[in-house]
Amino acid sequence: MSLTKYESFVREPLVDGDKTYSKVTEDIVYTIEARPTRLWYIGLYISLALLLFGVYSIYREVTYGVGQWNLGKTVGWGWDITNFVWWIGIGHAGTLISAILLLFRQGWRTGVNRAAEAMTIFAVMAAGQFPIWHMGRVWLAFFVMPYPNTRGPLWPNFNSPLLWDVFAISTYFTLSLLFWYSGLIPDVATIRDRAKTKFRKLFYGIASFGWTGSTKHWQRHESLSLVLAGLCTPLVLSVHTIVSFDFATSIVPGWHTTIFPPYFVAGAVFSGFAMVQTLMLITRKVMNLQDYITIGHIEAMNKVIVLTGSIVGCAYLTELFMAWYGANVYEYDAFFRYRLAGPYGWSYWIMMTCNVVSPQLFWFKKLRRNIEFTFIMSVVVNVGMWFERFVIIVTSIFRDYLPSSWSLYYRPSIFEIGFYLGTFGLFFTCYFLFSKYFPVIAIWEIKHVLKTSGENYKAKMEDLEKISAEEFYARTHQH
Amino acid sequence: MTIKKFVVGCFDDEDILFPAVKKVRKAGYKIHDVYTPFPVHGLDKELGMRDTSLHTVGFIYALTGLTTALGFISWILTKDWVQNYGGKPHFSLAAWIPIMFELTVLFSGVGMTLTFCYLCQLAPFVKKHHFHPRATDDQFVMVIECTPNTNVQEAEGFLAAAGAKEVNVQMAETGWWLGRYDMDKKLFDHTAETVTA
Repeated sequence: MSLTKYESFVREPLVDGDKTYSKVTEDIVYTIEARPTRLWYIGLYISLALLLFGVYSIYREVTYGVGQWNLGKTVGWGWDITNFVWWIGIGHAGTLISAILLLFRQGWRTGVNRAAEAMTIFAVMAAGQFPIWHMGRVWLAFFVMPYPNTRGPLWPNFNSPLLWDVFAISTYFTLSLLFWYSGLIPDVATIRDRAKTKFRKLFYGIASFGWTGSTKHWQRHESLSLVLAGLCTPLVLSVHTIVSFDFATSIVPGWHTTIFPPYFVAGAVFSGFAMVQTLMLITRKVMNLQDYITIGHIEAMNKVIVLTGSIVGCAYLTELFMAWYGANVYEYDAFFRYRLAGPYGWSYWIMMTCNVVSPQLFWFKKLRRNIEFTFIMSVVVNVGMWFERFVIIVTSIFRDYLPSSWSLYYRPSIFEIGFYLGTFGLFFTCYFLFSKYFPVIAIWEIKHVLKTSGENYKAKMEDLEKISAEEFYARTHQH
Repeated sequence: MTIKKFVVGCFDDEDILFPAVKKVRKAGYKIHDVYTPFPVHGLDKELGMRDTSLHTVGFIYALTGLTTALGFISWILTKDWVQNYGGKPHFSLAAWIPIMFELTVLFSGVGMTLTFCYLCQLAPFVKKHHFHPRATDDQFVMVIECTPNTNVQEAEGFLAAAGAKEVNVQMAETGWWLGRYDMDKKLFDHTAETVTA
């Protein structure tokens, strides 16, 4: 169609191509109904192998104790907590896309929200492993729960940020799961009603909870997702705020800074969007979903990356300024002697390059819309964000107040690395299974926006195109 | 278990569905429900439904969560097991805000979702009658319930005239039952009437 008189030059269509409702179903569901490709099996087996290595690493850690890790006298939090914060941060993009962009009425979220929400859940699952196994005597992990017990009853300390973390992360996981699954129910019903095999009828029949698509149910469903979005929005901000409290409420120089909450949240969104990019660029290619996850979507996410990357960069500089301006010798040393320079100085400069300098390239529209470049950048950003957490945690504590306890150069043991790789295995195993058995794109949400943009909308505008500009203005501005 | 007779019309476009709903309601037919593959905005109003109160329920759950957290923590830290944390007051509200907030959100979210499932009667192993398998794909399925006064043939004609692409008559159970979608468990003798005099 070449009707472009009143077509927007600014807003790209949310869905490319001339689609009908059933074509949308067909496009998204076909990967579920088709046999998995060889690539999928290879990916799944690699993930499972990583997961098994992770399980073995944890087995070593539980059997022989935390000594299996190279944590020392000063570096009590090393790779484990670095990885914990990193994974939690990755989770944030899913909630941001699904909840905050829903409240802001951003139409482009529909293409990526389902996969991003799934990513959130898997990332939080991966994150949760670290503090739990780091406890050492993991069989006593349930002591963090406030329940009436025979030890007093002895309660956990409600004034402690570590307990806030327990509540924040379990609430975050629960709500993300509910939000994701309640959105999934209508789509699962779509698959159920197309199902030909016995397994699919049974599995999707159970998973769809008997959804029919009744108008009243949709009305309640809309209300539910809107309120859940409203709840998740402050929740997602609170989660990383509380994670940052783990550090900020301590008195360790380098951690004791008030800028941490906003800085952590921005960093979380930054790394989360990078991970969404990594996953979506592969998913759209492998599953042939280029019409639903368009270049417009990728560009929009790159804009978020450059914004949050700049906020993070601003926070780094503010920290340095405050370390100098605060005139506290310990804080000054923590930043200028042991962070910018010193044995771990290299990690600081990797962080700076990956997080602050390289995302600035996204100011160029050409690069924002370049798929290969975006993919490389998404990996670079996540490397940078991992180093950010490493820098904050390790460089602040490896030289404490007592020089006699300054430990040797901290480098992780094979089982520390194995644990980290294992969470990659967990994350990607879950993601591979999800992408095979569930729709990676929210089918009903795409159908909902289908006629408000793209070719379908243009077809409706045919008679509008014939009228004059004055009349068009009068008609569209009559309210 | 009530088995009723329904006249079912399938529309393939929401732009045709809206005027059809208006016409059918005006003609005095009793619309049982309209099944759509996605939420069609304004359809609930068109069908004369009132707004859902689910968000109000969510607010009440939120308040429950908030009071639970505040009550529980203050009871523990000021009465049940009083401890001195660095000489700070036992009732240190500021430090409790994170957990109070989390429980507010948790109670509200979980409560609302469960209420939603209860109101819509959604649960695993619940089975319902589906008037058209493509109601979750691309068809907008309007279902008219036959009362003793309904002339079935007339209703069918009316739906077809209003733009329905496919019209049929079904006997169906309106509620739900425990069942699986891979096994056809007959709840009643299914006599699909296509035409009744």
